[in-house]
Amino acid sequence: MKWKMSVIVRTVSDVMVVPIIVFGIYLILHGHLTPGGGFQGGAVVASATALLIVSNGALKDYKGDFSTMESAGLTFFFLLAFLGIVMGFAMFYNSLAGTGGIFGGTVMSGINPGYINTGGTVPLMNIVVGMEVIAALSLILWMMAKNSGMMEVEK
Amino acid sequence: MKKVIAMIALLIIFAFLAGAIVEMRGEDGGFGNPVNTDMDEYFLGDSQPHNQVNNVVTAVLFDYRGLDTLGEATILFSAVSGVLTVLRKIKAPKEVEK
Repeated sequence: MKWKMSVIVRTVSDVMVVPIIVFGIYLILHGHLTPGGGFQGGAVVASATALLIVSNGALKDYKGDFSTMESAGLTFFFLLAFLGIVMGFAMFYNSLAGTGGIFGGTVMSGINPGYINTGGTVPLMNIVVGMEVIAALSLILWMMAKNSGMMEVEK
Repeated sequence: MKKVIAMIALLIIFAFLAGAIVEMRGEDGGFGNPVNTDMDEYFLGDSQPHNQVNNVVTAVLFDYRGLDTLGEATILFSAVSGVLTVLRKIKAPKEVEK
């Protein structure tokens, strides 16, 4: 049972998936500078999956990949939460803030341009939470579309 | 009878909410400046020097209230586990007997 939309919708959705995913990744990476973050950006990227499933009626077998990505995201979030204890502070303490290195830059007090290399553990947590939300919402959509007969799995 | 009880309960809850809104007003009677602002000033003033983060909302989400976010992520994980459990492929009992 093949269920798919017209060739116009399929072409437009194939083109629009790229800017949607890029915008979602932008929201995730700039979560500590602009409104947005892991949850919101992950939902935006998962909407690209929904667009592909609805327009094409078919998607490759990404179940294992999504499952691995989701578990990895939650595990890394736990590890980042316990990093504060490992470094000698409390749980969820921002122990990487202002120490140099990746995401270790310092922020001027007040209004500033907003450099992406700041924030300590906050952008790292944004990235892992975004990973988890992308995989979780896409996995729910994939499973529901497949088992309701709306989508068939491409080989 | 049930509708009457539901209406009375709704009115009581609405009265409590309206009272809470009135309690939230500032000293000049407006909604613009609430009475207790200690935590607001702490978050707005200290999230930049303490966390090196420009976005105060993200600083609250992932640092001050990080445990809430951990629970949120765990809820999402368990929701996906529930969906996968409900929608899994199982063989019907007749097929198993053959």
